[in-house]
Amino acid sequence: MQASTDSVFKALGDPTRRAIFEKLSREGEQTVHALTDFAGVSQPAVSKHLGALKLVGLVRDRRQGRETHYSVEPDGLVPLIDWLGLYGAFWRDRFDRLEDLLKRMDQ
Amino acid sequence: MTATRSLVIEKELAHPVGKVWRALTQGALIQEWLMDNDFQPQVGHKFTFRSTPMPNWNGVIDSEVLVVEPHKTLAYRWNSMGLQSVVVWTLVATSGGTLVRMEQSGFRPDQEANYQGANYGWQKFIGGLERVVAGLQ
Repeated sequence: MQASTDSVFKALGDPTRRAIFEKLSREGEQTVHALTDFAGVSQPAVSKHLGALKLVGLVRDRRQGRETHYSVEPDGLVPLIDWLGLYGAFWRDRFDRLEDLLKRMDQ
Repeated sequence: MTATRSLVIEKELAHPVGKVWRALTQGALIQEWLMDNDFQPQVGHKFTFRSTPMPNWNGVIDSEVLVVEPHKTLAYRWNSMGLQSVVVWTLVATSGGTLVRMEQSGFRPDQEANYQGANYGWQKFIGGLERVVAGLQ
């Protein structure tokens, strides 16, 4: 299941949430404890951010003993990569149109 | 990993440089292949490109002419809904016509100062995304 581009943008629109996500991307799996120390906000707040990231498919969790470990879900970024790719499609289409125009200018 | 994320499209077109330049710099011609616009080939000229609004996009691109070197280089800003980028066209004459290169760049993580006013923080986000994607691969 793939989240919409909109929901992924919204989830990453919050700076704290984005920082958590970037940390997971850089450093791999982390416990909620470690992320709380890093984020400088309360543990319930961190858990809420992680829940939001999980909801849109950007992270996954795994329980081990008393700790919950979070890591990045690599496929979660697909909607955003697709979105960036749209600009590529846009310009390729415009190149084709430019070429069509140049042909007509010959006449 | 480079600091700038950019999109490059390059294509050789079987038409002389002067003609391609006209298509890139005359408003009525630009409209035929790109978008409605009030472009003028003058450095510092501020203008807009307008397209049909789409879901999540109002269809307006705010721009300013940055470079005009006839038959060689044309650059303008390409700012839309928090995305701040620059589009640079480079033309090189070839035996078969013109090598046309378009580079859209500016998705830079280090452009903090330019983020102000970008409600969605998309540009900052894209910078973050680049780091994230680089980290995954």
